[in-house]
Amino acid sequence: MNLQIVMLLGQDGITNGAIYALLALSILLVFTVTRILLIPQGEFVAFAALTMAAMQGGTPVRLGWLLLALSTAALVMDSHAAWRRDGRIAVRRGPVLGLAYAAGLTALTTLLPLAEAGVALQALVTMALIVPLGLALYRVFYQPIAAAHPLVLLIVSIAVHVVLVGVGLLMFGPEGARTEPFSDGGLRLGMVMLNSQTIWVVAVSLALILGLYLFFERSLYGKALRAAAVNRLGAELVGISPELAGKASFALAALIGSLSGILIAPITTIYYDSGFIISLKGFVGAIIGGLASYPVAALGALLIGQAESFSTFWASSYKEVIVFTLILPVLVWRSLSHHGAEDDE
Amino acid sequence: MKPGVLSKTPAEKPTLSMPRLSPSAWILLALLPVLAVSPLVLPTYQVTLANNIGIFALATLGLVLLTGVAGMTSFGQAAFIGVSAYATAYLATVSAAELPGPLAWMAGSPLAGLAVGLVLTLAIATVLGAVTLRLSGHYLPLGTIAWGLSLFYLFGNLEFLGGHTGLSGIPALNLFGIAFDRAEALFYLIWAILLLAVVATLNLLDSRVGRAIRALRGGQRMSESMGVDSFRAKMTAFLVAALYAGLAGWLYAYTQRFVSPAPFSLQAGIDFLFMALIGGVGQVWGAVIGAAGVTFAKQWLQDLLPHLLGRTGNFEAIVFGLLIVLLMQRLPGGIAGWIAKAFERRRHRPAALESIDLPAAEPLPRRPMPQKGEVVLEANGVTRRFGGLVANRDISFTVRAGEILAVIGPNGAGKSTLFNQLSCVDHPSSGEILFRGERIDGRTARAMAGAGLSRSFQHVKLLPTMSVLENVAIGAHLRGSKGVAAAALRLDRAEEARLLDEARRQLIRVGLGQYLHVEAGSLALGQQRILEIARALCADPCLLLLDEPAAGLRFLEKQALAELLVKLRSEGMAILLVEHDMDFVMGLVDRVYVMEFGERIAEGPPETIQTNPAVLEAYLGGVE
Repeated sequence: MNLQIVMLLGQDGITNGAIYALLALSILLVFTVTRILLIPQGEFVAFAALTMAAMQGGTPVRLGWLLLALSTAALVMDSHAAWRRDGRIAVRRGPVLGLAYAAGLTALTTLLPLAEAGVALQALVTMALIVPLGLALYRVFYQPIAAAHPLVLLIVSIAVHVVLVGVGLLMFGPEGARTEPFSDGGLRLGMVMLNSQTIWVVAVSLALILGLYLFFERSLYGKALRAAAVNRLGAELVGISPELAGKASFALAALIGSLSGILIAPITTIYYDSGFIISLKGFVGAIIGGLASYPVAALGALLIGQAESFSTFWASSYKEVIVFTLILPVLVWRSLSHHGAEDDE
Repeated sequence: MKPGVLSKTPAEKPTLSMPRLSPSAWILLALLPVLAVSPLVLPTYQVTLANNIGIFALATLGLVLLTGVAGMTSFGQAAFIGVSAYATAYLATVSAAELPGPLAWMAGSPLAGLAVGLVLTLAIATVLGAVTLRLSGHYLPLGTIAWGLSLFYLFGNLEFLGGHTGLSGIPALNLFGIAFDRAEALFYLIWAILLLAVVATLNLLDSRVGRAIRALRGGQRMSESMGVDSFRAKMTAFLVAALYAGLAGWLYAYTQRFVSPAPFSLQAGIDFLFMALIGGVGQVWGAVIGAAGVTFAKQWLQDLLPHLLGRTGNFEAIVFGLLIVLLMQRLPGGIAGWIAKAFERRRHRPAALESIDLPAAEPLPRRPMPQKGEVVLEANGVTRRFGGLVANRDISFTVRAGEILAVIGPNGAGKSTLFNQLSCVDHPSSGEILFRGERIDGRTARAMAGAGLSRSFQHVKLLPTMSVLENVAIGAHLRGSKGVAAAALRLDRAEEARLLDEARRQLIRVGLGQYLHVEAGSLALGQQRILEIARALCADPCLLLLDEPAAGLRFLEKQALAELLVKLRSEGMAILLVEHDMDFVMGLVDRVYVMEFGERIAEGPPETIQTNPAVLEAYLGGVE
């Protein structure tokens, strides 16, 4: 192994690590605000990548139909809840607008010639599809049981993941896909040739992390989310609706997931079920951060990226084994530094 | 009240009646003849299906115990089956020459395969449990997801395990000269093992260890205060679940005669969890219902969906996933839970009320009690800081045997902080707490339960669906010693009878004698508080710490509680209570310790406290 290979592997590791770090952050965000372990996070990534690929390949974009189905379910559930509460069917504006948006976007993605649209517009359309998908997922699957035991939330998460993987196969088929890189060429730094996609990934990740930081530090909604994460009941008492906090965190997670998918699609071939393994590495990062610390989780995720990239070189078929076994020492350390019994809640 | 159930004495019992059997015994009796004839009448294809269902049900049974009873989740069940199946397959197909000399005898031996499979499974489960079970509930599922994935890739890459193609050519199982070469023969073996496992699980749940496992869902703080080692209880449940998976793996290898990585993937681990949830995760029989239901539904969907959708793929997962979401939102008890509930409604009484006759048993040995007047609890300069806030400053007092001390004070006085330190849930920043002359600050709540310090909770902590008697018997946990194996094999009956008898005696002592078999959750709040005292008494304590015992009690209940405490005091018990209710405290206790803003403002007999100006000011705001 010479320096050149080290640099090459390191660059690979940074690219993947940056994606895992983004996912780790959004997993942590959703977990602290809602106590939900967002197992379906990976599906946002895969769906975004495959939707991009479908646009570029000129095949039908079917994601809108899923959004449409979930929006319809959300509207039905909302009306049903209103009926059970007041004895009459009252339709609120939100779900109707959601459904109209889904219908409009589905029509657009079906009719417009998106293959010629250019990467930027394609990415925008992809995010416009996936962010509301996150909202709708929260509304339909999690909101009715938002107060349930964390174990129930986890089980529902797994079930939603399983459903989405199945739907993914239905929408995108079993073939993998890769998209065109955002730009050609690269940047020569000394003896290292930086791949242009690496630069994109790192730049967008940094921008996103900065954006999240500003959102949580400066904006009222960000502060409300942080308050909900620290103390749900307290936040509710001062008027932060848990419903809003849940939806906002899911929308952010979907945004981060879809961006990750768009970024990673030119580097790796993505299949309908690839998202899970990718997001699981984000989970490993989140576990390293003790499901609590953002910076440690991000660093942990970067470490996972490096470990993965270097194990590809030394023992490529054991890559996943090595990466997932990495959590063992972390868990040992956490167990040893942990005292006393604790109740979940 | 529910007549006829609670007041039944042996004398009223009809002499000619059906033998009293639990619902599970009835199910077993009904199932046995069906199982006995099934292989004789069913076509081989159906028998093979039934074999698979039996194997799946065995693995699912472990999850019922783990998820439904103990409240933990694992996605590693399929991986555990895989470890055992691969160990079995490897030893069954390897030639003696390939194994190192001393191990050569293992080649081709099914029993060696079983032993190695189980040992490996349990060893891996021990490591996984050791690193995740002390942490919050999310680490076990995440840990098992990661390990399930790792193992899948490992199976697929290890040359000696056949890589992705797997190991084939496993000979038919031959045990003690009996060949299990046909599906019909395997059927009897598989279902016999499954039914034995079901019975063992039922026995286990109905025991001292079982109560400890069931108590995990009621909050670990409660069970730890009763002396239950909750880490150990979790580990027990996890290892039993892994053991069942290991058994299932051994059976799997000999049923399929071929192993490959695919059936042990994470997806399969998720399927097992779905089986447990759909069947009904709180009920042992739910494992069988879930395994059968999911297997049949899967077959049907695999035929139907490709027609509907026009292509093939794992689309039944969509249906199962949505079903799970619906179950979690609407019917968390699963099918078996729904059936059990329907039966209860029909009979107008909970199933647990199948009156278990409690034979009077020899009383449990008691600890030597302190002499009346001996100092039992002593606080010396106890100070507790939280950052800059001093919640308790320099608190000192003593409690003697045969005495009741009340700690009172307005909201925010620091009473709860003090109570937490006395019960070893929290520890002082400085100062010391002595219990019977020994320092206890820094020790665990569990250790103190064993030493004779027992407590109740401000917010009642009990298992609402467990009977009153069993709830109280948790208090006697440390007075028994029988473990998992004894419980599963029913060798613990003598000790169990003594524990339950002790629980009954304490319930009669506190006046809840007619509620023994009622679900604890159906009691009124006041009665639940009394139940907590009975549970504390079950540990044979010499000091009772009661956190607002009179809160939420009606007048007559308060009177009864006061009488009980007076009686306990006269028997030499030391009692410390934290209370808000002045009338209750003043007529009852020997001394009062008044706190405000974390400090002592007065101490003495109730009469002097009632006229103490500092106390009046703290409570009434003083005179302008």
